Amino acid sequence: MTVLSATPLAAIDYPALARRSRRRDLAFAVGGIIVMLVAMAMLASLVIDLAADGLPRLSWDFLTSFPSRRPARAGILSAWVGTSLVMLVTAVIAVPLGIAAAVYLEEYAPRNWLSDVIEINVTNLAGVPSIIYGLLALGLFVYGLGLGETILTAGLVLALLILPVIIVATREALRSIPQEVREAAAGLGADRWQTVRMFLIPAARPGILTGTIVGLSRAIGETAPVITIGALTFIAFLPQSPIGPEFPFLNFHWLMEPFTVLPIQMFNWISRPQVAFHANAAAAGIVLIAMTLLMNGLAIFVRYHARRALR
Amino acid sequence: MTAHSTRLAPPPGISPGFLARRRLVGLAARAILFVAASASVFVTASIVYVLLSESLDFFRTVPIVDFLTDTEWTPVFARPHFGILPLLSGTVTVAAIALLVAIPLGTMLAIYLSEFAPTKVRETVKPALELLEGVPTVVYGYFALLFVTPLLQRFIPGLATFNMLAPGMVMGIMILPYVVSVSEDAMRAVPKALREGAYALGANRLQAAFRVIVPSALSGITAAYVLGMSRAVGETMVVAIAAGQNPNLTFNPLHGAATITAYIVQISLGDLPYGSLAYQTIFAAGLTLFVLTLAFNVAGFALRRRFREAY
Repeated sequence: MTVLSATPLAAIDYPALARRSRRRDLAFAVGGIIVMLVAMAMLASLVIDLAADGLPRLSWDFLTSFPSRRPARAGILSAWVGTSLVMLVTAVIAVPLGIAAAVYLEEYAPRNWLSDVIEINVTNLAGVPSIIYGLLALGLFVYGLGLGETILTAGLVLALLILPVIIVATREALRSIPQEVREAAAGLGADRWQTVRMFLIPAARPGILTGTIVGLSRAIGETAPVITIGALTFIAFLPQSPIGPEFPFLNFHWLMEPFTVLPIQMFNWISRPQVAFHANAAAAGIVLIAMTLLMNGLAIFVRYHARRALR
Repeated sequence: MTAHSTRLAPPPGISPGFLARRRLVGLAARAILFVAASASVFVTASIVYVLLSESLDFFRTVPIVDFLTDTEWTPVFARPHFGILPLLSGTVTVAAIALLVAIPLGTMLAIYLSEFAPTKVRETVKPALELLEGVPTVVYGYFALLFVTPLLQRFIPGLATFNMLAPGMVMGIMILPYVVSVSEDAMRAVPKALREGAYALGANRLQAAFRVIVPSALSGITAAYVLGMSRAVGETMVVAIAAGQNPNLTFNPLHGAATITAYIVQISLGDLPYGSLAYQTIFAAGLTLFVLTLAFNVAGFALRRRFREAY
């Protein structure tokens, strides 16, 4: 701006100035696009590298075999079964708890110090490194409560880990519902709980769904907290099936069984010196990345459609 | 919502019993929701309790001065040393490399997305960046150890197999989406009037971006850096896989060095008896990590809030 005051206005070559400005803008925009392409190229090379190393190993046998000392015969059966069961526990705990906490904070919480404490606490929890949750689980669940290194412990710790994600997503969804909906519900004679149950939760469903999917996809990939609780890495058996042949057709023994999950299996294979195991790791990585990318894609899709439906 | 608390005679056709039941259900729902919201406070409290109680036991054996000043970390040796400094140097070095990658790239990309990019590009790039954020960290670890390190070794002959450079760079790419999204939010939140004022004074986009938008959003952008730093410090799997497991008091990125998180993973993989001194070390290390990230998070959120209050 100093340039302007130093030169008499009439002496400025405006077309040249405009051209120069446009050139600089363009140069910066090109720089921005290059950075973007670099980031995308990193993602692409990551996926291509994994695919090149792991695709030859990926087969039906790989999905249906137990881990083995011989790399060519090893598979991820116990890992993906473990991941599914742990995710089941995580979802059953984190989703209702997260939605309930969000509803309280958004629709009920009075403006007082207690609400502020809860509020700040949720924000801070989202920033706690995942391995700290692992230490919490080790001290509290594994030894304190004596739950051991089981599917239940892993499901619990991952549930706590993704709780902030679900709370934040649900709150955003509730906040975006127009105030008129609440007023109309009250006008029809609904009390607050009826408003929540009949109008707000249904309207917030896409947002809640998105948050749940994003949270679960994060939980699937989490390795550190599950290592910290001491999950075994060589599991050549499956937990008991949750669905039994006789009445009541459900059993919960599997909750208290040792397990392994996909990211731990992958970590275990990466840490071995033999190259053949690295191919197994890459193949497990493909399965893992496919699961998380699919879930994230699904979340983006749900959100996009919900936004379109609102217009 | 005072309408709910005033007791009018029920309208014809509605039994007083229904209203009484509804009141009870409403109160019960409120209580349950409150308990769910308080659960998050309980999580924080138990994290602090577990870390503190185990660390206190540890500091009864190892003086806290030794912990903070000793330059060796050899907890399982015959003559053990418990100095956190080597683990801290590894943590800080890797995080610094990550920030050296993420800050310039992230800021540039954020400015491009916020000030230059057409809406369509922004709407496409932001979800794509979110996908990048969804990749499990163990996969990034694989990438750092088996792709980036061999690639770098072609250009840097003295690079060790386990080094801090490759995981640092990969971590930079990993936190890039987060840095971009927080700082882009900050820039987009700058009031339109400021932007338009700059244009009215004859600024081109580049001048508006660097002389008006970035200074106005500075505390928000700083928050993005600080929160990114917190993530880099707490990140586990990339360093546990690719940075080596030897505590090493060095800031040389070409060497390997264990970070706090990598040490916790390493100890958790072994079979340490509950209550032993080595078992307690991971809680002391975890407490250090928790304090570090908490400081970053509090600073980051304070900066962010100050920025929001300014507008």
